[in-house]
Order: sequence, then C-alpha cells, then structure tokens
Amino acid sequence: MSGSQSTKPHDGAAAGDNAVVLDLETLAVRDANATLQEKNGTEETGYYRLRNPRGTHALACGLDAPIAVEIDGPTGYYCAGLNKSADVTINGNAGQGVAENMMSGRVHVRGDCSQAAGATAHGGLLVIDGNAAARCGISLKGADIVVKGDVGHMSCFMAQAGRLVVLGDAGAALGDSLYETRIYIRGAVESLGADCVEKEMRGMHHAELRELLEAAGCHDVPTDGFRRYGSARTLYSFKVDNIGAY
Amino acid sequence: MSDPSWAHRESATFDRTTIAEIQRAAQTGIYRIRGFGAKRQVPCFDDLLFLGASMSRYPLEGYRETCGTDVVLGSRFASKPLELKMPVTIAGMSFGALSAQAKEALGRGASEVGTSTTTGDGGMTQEERGHSSMLVYQYLPSRYGMNPDDLRKADAIEVVVGQGAKPGGGGMLLGEKISDRVAEMRTLPKGIDQRSACRHPDWTGPDDLAIKITELREVTGWEKPIFVKVGAARPYYDTALSIKAGADVVVLDGMQGGTAATQDVFIENVGIPTLAAVREAVRALIDLDMHRKVQLVVAGGIRTGADVAKALAMGADACSIGTAALIALGDNAPEHEEEYRKIGTTAGCWEDYHKGNDPAGITTQDPDLAKRLDPEVGGRRLANYLRVLTLEVQTLARANGKSHVHNLEPDDLVALTVEAAAMAGVPLAGTNWIPGADTSR
Repeated sequence: MSGSQSTKPHDGAAAGDNAVVLDLETLAVRDANATLQEKNGTEETGYYRLRNPRGTHALACGLDAPIAVEIDGPTGYYCAGLNKSADVTINGNAGQGVAENMMSGRVHVRGDCSQAAGATAHGGLLVIDGNAAARCGISLKGADIVVKGDVGHMSCFMAQAGRLVVLGDAGAALGDSLYETRIYIRGAVESLGADCVEKEMRGMHHAELRELLEAAGCHDVPTDGFRRYGSARTLYSFKVDNIGAY
Repeated sequence: MSDPSWAHRESATFDRTTIAEIQRAAQTGIYRIRGFGAKRQVPCFDDLLFLGASMSRYPLEGYRETCGTDVVLGSRFASKPLELKMPVTIAGMSFGALSAQAKEALGRGASEVGTSTTTGDGGMTQEERGHSSMLVYQYLPSRYGMNPDDLRKADAIEVVVGQGAKPGGGGMLLGEKISDRVAEMRTLPKGIDQRSACRHPDWTGPDDLAIKITELREVTGWEKPIFVKVGAARPYYDTALSIKAGADVVVLDGMQGGTAATQDVFIENVGIPTLAAVREAVRALIDLDMHRKVQLVVAGGIRTGADVAKALAMGADACSIGTAALIALGDNAPEHEEEYRKIGTTAGCWEDYHKGNDPAGITTQDPDLAKRLDPEVGGRRLANYLRVLTLEVQTLARANGKSHVHNLEPDDLVALTVEAAAMAGVPLAGTNWIPGADTSR
C-alpha cells in the first residue's frame, strides 16, 4: 500500500508537526487541491490534514503521488476522485462517488458513504467502515472495495473487474449485468440482478478474501461466513432466448 | 395477377424495404442493428438558401478580401481554450468502432488544417494522441479506459450525455470487433457483445453534472475546456442546463448523426433533425446571455460547406463531422465495389459498421482489412475535404458580405419549405412569413 511509504502517523493519532494543515474555512477548494497536487507525478511522500471540509465537493481529487491525506469531517461528492497512489482517509461520512475512477492507492472512509462509492475504479483499495448506499462499485474496473456495513441496491451494476467485499447485507439487484467482478457478501442479499449468480467458495476464493479482509484491517473476521457471487455469463452475447432478461 | 400493368405495383405502406424487414424479423427474432445514421428524409439545411448580397448588402471579393474562419472553443472558464483555424471539427468516434489506422488518419487530416479530433467510447490511443495536435477526450457513461493521465494529456474534455443517432442510448460494440487490444482497453472479456451504459454511473441530472465538471476541472487544473455533448432531444432545455452546469462548449448532435452500431428503430425514430435543433439551442444561449460566450458546436448530417455556413448563420460557432469524415477517408468508396457486392450491398449503401468486415478497412479490427487504409493517404484525403468545406463556407460568407464566417446571421437565410421555415425560424423564401414565430414579443 502506497500510504505506508508516507509519514502519516498511526491511525487515530493527532496531526503531528510534520502535517501540512489546510483549513477549508479560509482556503478555497482550488487552493487546497493545488497544494495537495503539488507532488503529482513524483514519488515524494508527505502528510496533509484537511480541516473543516463541511461537505465540500471534489476534495483531494486528481492526486498522483504517494502522499497521505487525512480529512477531518464529512466530504461532498467525488472526494479522492481519480486517485493515483495517494492514501486518503476521511474521518467522517463521504458524499456521492467517493474514490470514483481510482487508479491506485487507498481511500478509507471512517463513516458511511453515499451512492456510487468507488464507481468505475480501476485499481487501489476503498475501505468503508460504515454503510455504502446504492450502486456501490458500479461499473467497477479492477479496484477492490471492502464495506464493513451494508451496501444499497444495484451495487456492482455492470461491474467489469475487481472485487467487492461486504460484511453486512446487500440491497436489491446485486451485480446486475455483471461482467468479471467477484463479489463476497457475509450478510443477506435482498435479490440478485440479471445474470448474477451465487458461485462456490473454493480455496482460492477464501485466500483472496482473506487478503482483502486483512488489507481492510478486518483481522478477526473469518472467511467462512461469506458467499461468493459472479457472472453467469449468459448475457455476454445477445441471444433471443434471453429476451426476458433484458 | 393477369394484367401486366398491375403485376409490379409496389405498396407505399409496405415498400420493399419494409417487407424485407418484416421477413428478416420473422426469421431472426431480433431487432436490426446497423451503423451509419438516419436514412429517412428529414427537413435539413438543404431546405434553406442564402440570400446573397445586392443593393442593401455588399459582397466581398472572393479572392482578395479576407474572410476569417478561426474559432475559439472554451473561452468561458478554461485557461487554455482550443484555437481552431476552421469552423469544423472531427466528432467522437471510438477506437474499437474504428481501426487504429483510421483514428490516426483522422488525427493527421485534422491536424494538417488546424482543427481538433475527438476520442470515443474506448479510451485514448497513442496513434490518435500522437497525430492529433488538438484532441478532445470524451468522458462517457462507460468510462472505458478513463484515467487521469489521459485527462491531462487531452486538449479538451467532452462529457457525453447523448448522441444524435440515439439520444438516451448507450454505446454498442458487437463481439466481432472486440479484439485483444480493444478488450484490454475496455477491461472486458474478448469477443463479447459489449453494451455500454446509457447513464453516467456517478451523476444524475444537471446539479450533479455541475459538481462533476468541477471535479474534472480540479483534476486538470482548470486548463481544459469542458464540452457537454447532447443528442438533439429537447435542445432548448438541454443547452440551458448544460450552460447552468458550467459547460464551456455545448455540442449538439442532431438525429442524422452517425453511429457504429445502434438499433435501426432507434436511429430512425428518436431525436429531432439537426435543422430543428439549432435554433432552439441558440435561443437558450441568447436567453441566458451566453451566445458567443459558451460556444455551440453543431453536428449530425453535416456534409458540405453550405451545411456549415447555414448552421453558423443560425448561430452556431462551429460544426462537427463524423460520417462525412469517414467517407473522406474512403468509406463506401467505389474502388471496393466488388467486395461490397460480395457482402450483399453496393458502394454508397453499405451501413454495417458493426460487423467488422469493412471492405475499406475503416470500421474494423481485422488487421488485414485495417491495413487497407494508409493513415497518411487517408489523412491527406480528410485534409483536402476539410479545406473544401472551409473554402465553401468562405465563399458563402463573402457572398453575403461577411468578413468572418461568424458574421453570418439568420437574416441571410430563407427557407424553401414551410417546415424548414418553422424549424429554422427564418422566412419562407419570397415572403416575410415565419410559421410559428411569436410576434407578440
């Protein structure tokens, strides 16, 4: 994880002298983001702390360096959008599209998330301590998402690659029109979407689930209680026989 | 039928194409998918005429007095707007729908004459970026291949809400064209029928779009112009809401706009003609005091300098071409007639872009077919065609006494039909009658 290369203090520690503190009460989002983006394209580390986000949109988006960013409070839409390499922690709830189209790095939400968390993300890890609303992991393209609570309806809609792990329940139409994303759910699934089916949990699946749980800090959660869901691949080519599924 | 004079009487209702389609549907049980664009007759720019100069308007000398053609797109918020030398751009067409060579040829041709090309629903290729001096990167519902590096490499970003051939429909690329490279760029299994989403995954409606545009600007340092592309559906409101959401440029694509693969019923029955859409979009710009501040790019069935000049006279800032650009590269060329016949069609009528068996090697991922298009030769043809369009627009502008193509105005136009007069909001030729005009204002 790229964040481990940064000078970020241990989780829960107060900002030390090494943190660059950006206070959004006095700073425009453009100035805050410009400061966070100064190291873009380099391998330089750094630790930044954002105060008073108050639901501001598009915070800490477009980062491209192994820096650590901690945001103290709730964020608006698209926080950490298009993230590359950075380790972003939100000490609060996140609005729509958190970590959307993330390429790499890590985004950790220590609260709940609105819709479309991790949408279209290509890589990296998104950890959500609370619940995620509808369409979590929609159109996922290779990233991993671990949700410690529940996910809403239509999660992983048209998801192409990557993995979604949910310790709680999943809403209706899970994995509708799924491609190759693998989904692990510990709780109840309200219903499966078109072409999404339950699949056998083999050894390799327990192993990859274990890795994902460890990466998300869920060291004491066993893999035994999870069910795996994936694509039945019956809708990959248009067939008249499947007309009822469209 | 014994009377020979009745033996070949065709039905206007059940003409041969209709009968053939019913027979095909009965055999296959699936709707018809095809490429190209709407083939039905709709009111279009051909139904308008320029008045030219006479006693009250002075023409410019055709070969002596300059007539400017430069266009700036994106001057509202972007620190680096696109500066085009001519008022025609190349519309979004995907790598996947087109071969890499075709994308390169489009880049070469456009760059030679100082205009822009546009990516499509398959990400940005090296061939295209490398050979396009100005490249617009489409931000689509599918987000195939979307990444921040390419966003920053782009010269502008086009958020695609819809396309003229199918407002409300997503992209479609059938298995025949999903090669290894296309599959990898789209993160999809090879050979599957790929159906792109029709809605963006992380925003809904203009209020969300405003935030999305802010995010794209934050990621790219507020440098790049942000275009919003809409299919011509409700152009007044779509334009107004795009402006409200923060667009620098609105791209309006009429129903004659092309597609690589769409249901025929969608192509022919959804959306409104380009002619009917332009005036409503311009009205929205004027009502919001944004005309010439937010630029309007008009697409959908643009073929000639006359089409471009008429769109500009109605208030557009530039036009965009897709199908016409492919034809310039060699699509439907008679030199491939023998092969068109082998696949049951003829040069000039071929429309099956979705099948991947393009005799001209443009809409294909078959390496042997794709080799038939030399990107340098194709690029030269496109540049020639774009030069002709520019010369034609200048010719018409000078004839109407204009020293810049943007000085063309609705007063220079009349309509040949009542329908076109109503749609374009210009008088029926020889009258002062504009059907439907609000005379109370």
